[in-house]
Amino acid sequence: MEIQERIRKVIDENSVMLFMKGSPDFPQCGFSGRVVQILEACDAKFGSADVLMDPELREGIKAYSNWPTIPQLYIQGELIGGSDIVMEMHENGELKKKIDALDG
Amino acid sequence: MMATPEDIKEWIEQNLGESEVEISGDGRHFDAVIVCAGFAGKTRIQQHQMVYAALGDRMKDDIHALSMRTMTPEDRTAETTVDQ
Repeated sequence: MEIQERIRKVIDENSVMLFMKGSPDFPQCGFSGRVVQILEACDAKFGSADVLMDPELREGIKAYSNWPTIPQLYIQGELIGGSDIVMEMHENGELKKKIDALDG
Repeated sequence: MMATPEDIKEWIEQNLGESEVEISGDGRHFDAVIVCAGFAGKTRIQQHQMVYAALGDRMKDDIHALSMRTMTPEDRTAETTVDQ
């Protein structure tokens, strides 16, 4: 399967999907680790993919949303942002609202 | 090549159009505050994408991590007023 199609599929299958460096238990980058902590603080169920394990994914995800950095958080198929935006949305409560709305 | 905060400021200002950029950082990680009238009416995602586009391949080659806050001149005025 082509990489862009693979990415679309995994984003479709996970209403909250995080592309990160490392795993949620062992993040390999401070920015990725911060987003994991925020998602856990919001009680979010989320899928994750480690771009360090998959060079094709690492390049592909940057092209997918024209967003050159990792981590990248998607909710219901939409790019929410990298760690700066996720942190801002956590601080102002927007993120929790979005995540809680998914359970309903 | 190691980028300096001055380099990044110059790259962004050259390509983003009229803007005011403040950068601090150590050659690997940078923090940026970017004020640009062109951000008006855009989402945060779109604002950050505009900055990434201005940096182009520099983002891949010369910059490891860039934290940014983006705002319009009006946003900044509002923020200053709140601070006082």
